[in-house]
Amino acid sequence: MKRDVCEDKVVRDGRQGENGSVQAARETSITLDINERFDVRKILDGLENYRSPRRPWHWREGRGESRKIGAFEYLETSESLENSVPLPGSRGFGYIDPQPDCVITTEIASGRFEDDIRRMRMAAWNGADHIMVIRTAGQSHIDSLLEGTTQGIGGIPVTRKQCRATRRALDLIEDEVGRPINYHSYVSGVAGPDIAVMFVEEGVSGVHQDPQYNILYRNINMLRSFVDACESKKIIAYGGQLQIDGAHNANATAMEAWKVMPELMVQHAINTMFSLKCGIKPENIALSSVPPTAPPAPCMRIDLPYAVALRDFFRDYRIRAQQNTKYMESETREATVTHTLNMVISRLTSVDVQSTITPDEGRNVPWHYFNINAVNTARQSLNGLDGIREMVDINRDGPLGDRVRELKERAILFLEEMLEVGGYFSAVEEGFFIDSAEYPDRKGDGIARELDGGIGADSLFKRADDYFAPVSVHFGYNNIPAPFECASEAIGGDTFQDPSKIQFIDELDEYDNVNVRIAEKQKYYDNPNLVRPEVEFLADGVIVLTLMLPCDRRHAEAASLVIGERMGLSDCEIIHCQVMHPVEGTYIEMKGKIDFDIDLSKLVLPEVIETLSESEIREDIREHPMTVVAGTVGEDEHSVGLKEILDIKHGGIEGFGIRYHYLGTSVPMDKIVDAAIETNADAILASTIISHHDIHYENMRKIADICIEKGIRDQIILVGGGTQVVNELAVEAGMDGGFGRGSRGIDVASFLVKRRREMRKGCDER
Amino acid sequence: MTDRGEIDLSTDATFEERRLHLAHLSDEELYTRFWELTEKLVEPLLQAGREYTTPAIERSVLLRMGFSSIEAQAIVRGVIDHGLMGRGAGHVVWKVSEELGLSIRETGLFLAEGKHWDVAARLFDEVAS
Repeated sequence: MKRDVCEDKVVRDGRQGENGSVQAARETSITLDINERFDVRKILDGLENYRSPRRPWHWREGRGESRKIGAFEYLETSESLENSVPLPGSRGFGYIDPQPDCVITTEIASGRFEDDIRRMRMAAWNGADHIMVIRTAGQSHIDSLLEGTTQGIGGIPVTRKQCRATRRALDLIEDEVGRPINYHSYVSGVAGPDIAVMFVEEGVSGVHQDPQYNILYRNINMLRSFVDACESKKIIAYGGQLQIDGAHNANATAMEAWKVMPELMVQHAINTMFSLKCGIKPENIALSSVPPTAPPAPCMRIDLPYAVALRDFFRDYRIRAQQNTKYMESETREATVTHTLNMVISRLTSVDVQSTITPDEGRNVPWHYFNINAVNTARQSLNGLDGIREMVDINRDGPLGDRVRELKERAILFLEEMLEVGGYFSAVEEGFFIDSAEYPDRKGDGIARELDGGIGADSLFKRADDYFAPVSVHFGYNNIPAPFECASEAIGGDTFQDPSKIQFIDELDEYDNVNVRIAEKQKYYDNPNLVRPEVEFLADGVIVLTLMLPCDRRHAEAASLVIGERMGLSDCEIIHCQVMHPVEGTYIEMKGKIDFDIDLSKLVLPEVIETLSESEIREDIREHPMTVVAGTVGEDEHSVGLKEILDIKHGGIEGFGIRYHYLGTSVPMDKIVDAAIETNADAILASTIISHHDIHYENMRKIADICIEKGIRDQIILVGGGTQVVNELAVEAGMDGGFGRGSRGIDVASFLVKRRREMRKGCDER
Repeated sequence: MTDRGEIDLSTDATFEERRLHLAHLSDEELYTRFWELTEKLVEPLLQAGREYTTPAIERSVLLRMGFSSIEAQAIVRGVIDHGLMGRGAGHVVWKVSEELGLSIRETGLFLAEGKHWDVAARLFDEVAS
């Protein structure tokens, strides 16, 4: 029996993997230091000899089990990371960082892969483990692999060198965070099989592959697309990669996206069944599913039945939940809310891969921190919705169930009519797809393609009886000559079996490549202390100003540009403009560039205050008991922050043995001083959150003055605290110290002990 | 008579009219029908994949035989020019290498430079005749 997939038996350059696959050795020559910026030059050095192991798709470990993290029981998490940046709000919960059970995607492709690598590292630290690289405009129509590292537009040219460099970097980054990272790109266009081969060879774990995408959106010949896809999918199956389809594009293209749901189900089905027949396992076939609408439409009521219908019909396959982008404008807040609502659907139904679209995609190619924002929106929402299905259930008895049934029937009718008119090709010729009416209604605005038209129409060749392809993985007819049982035996093993046969091309364009770009930015590479703000490329100098101007939109835009110019910014451009009222106000976000560097080594940094150890503080308090009075002063009702500083439960000063008298909120200044005198307190802790017109520093000044008046200033420690408090300014206002955002009980306790020692020493000296 | 019986396919037939033959099906029967129809739709597409090849498929074969993208493209161009696509580009390289006693890689590089196509033409003509 001849085989269309041969065993891996030739291992020249690595070790045999557990499942018998060829595994190359992992990176050993470079290490990543948490305290150093990523130097991409190290990745490029010796790249021609670097080989990542083959990388089948990786799902997060430890899913499906409940997990205690901090004070909480989680039902939908996976193993935690070794290194990460927890969500800002985690401060109140002991900096926990629960990792949701689904894979989280981020799409990164600025056009320069060397800068994307640094962004990928940041994304991984914020919880992304699926890095999707968008291809440069027009790559679909290049009838070959691209090579080198030319700069891309709206993406990067996906080449072997770029893939290998990025994979090499990700191999290091995943070790740093402690979780495997899936690297992903696109097997589409007229070089699909070429790219599929290269991706298996270079350790790519996830791919987009859907021949319908080529046909409908890239006008590639229909037959060519499907014939190429057979070979591509066979290779993807062998690589164990996760395949994502392209159906979501119908959603983004149709004028009234909420009406194309039956068609979306049909597109998903065609690619799914086709992939299954090409050998991809069901667990590696993922639907790219988008909730079709967004607010102000009543989107949940429209999108939820669709999500349920889809998961009913596709119960054996995976769901990659994509965010709705069809109705995205330039406002990042609005995009974030839509994303969050989409994730409610993910959690109410199911999700295997949660995609994230950066909230700035409506204005530009995504910027560094918007990738991180999007990942965090996913992490935050999924954390918040953890286990919600334990309490909230989908109610199928009623309008949802009726709508689910209707959508399924409409999809079946669509399939029936496709067969009726003669099959897939005829249906496309008749413009069945991307018609914006809800099937079986038709608007007649669908995308029609001719079977003998499109790119590559003349590039199909019937295999002859003696057709032979001497490779280990091949779709369709292959006349393997005797005496070979496996086709690749004829050539002594192919690159899948013997990776040393892979040919690496470095650069083809001597002016447009990564080395030239690095040379242009040489000073920043050589001196990491030299920095300039950036959003996309190293030291691009871009900053953003947010302005609120009390005028109409047109004047606000013009005024903003003048402001930018006067501030010394170049290339000013308004990236978001929102009318608050026709004349009362316009909100503007404007980008511009600065043209100077900051040398970090020349900055004067505020002194880092070392806190005493917990035991040293406790011992000091035991020997010399301490009492403080505390309250929020002025007309200020905030209490949470001060209580955190005081309360033993929050690691406050009480835990070190310090006694406190809490006077509450809106405490008059003289009252707090009187209380200190009455209780013979060692210190006053005055919290001031409201900071309009510097009221917080004024109040501090008043307290200090009252203490002087009453003759106790020398004997008492005055501490001001609050989110807007800066130590230096508090001291200027007469305090001994000031504590701002992020201060902890131990910081205050340590300060009080140290300050009391100084005061005592001062007394002794006198 | 189609497998759906007499169904009104005219474009002005409403969903309510069109769905009559589905109305009595259980959810599980709908599921089965959905996938049976899909399977029928994709079968001809798969058949095309079994019978045809393309420049991209042949380049992908050559890549796996140890050629660079540039070399693979040059070889496939030669294979098309000499009317040998139906035999397989990898087949051409392998057969010529056997004939000349050269390695696969040496042979492919010669072919990419436009050499030894006479040998290829002769070898495959013999088979054809």
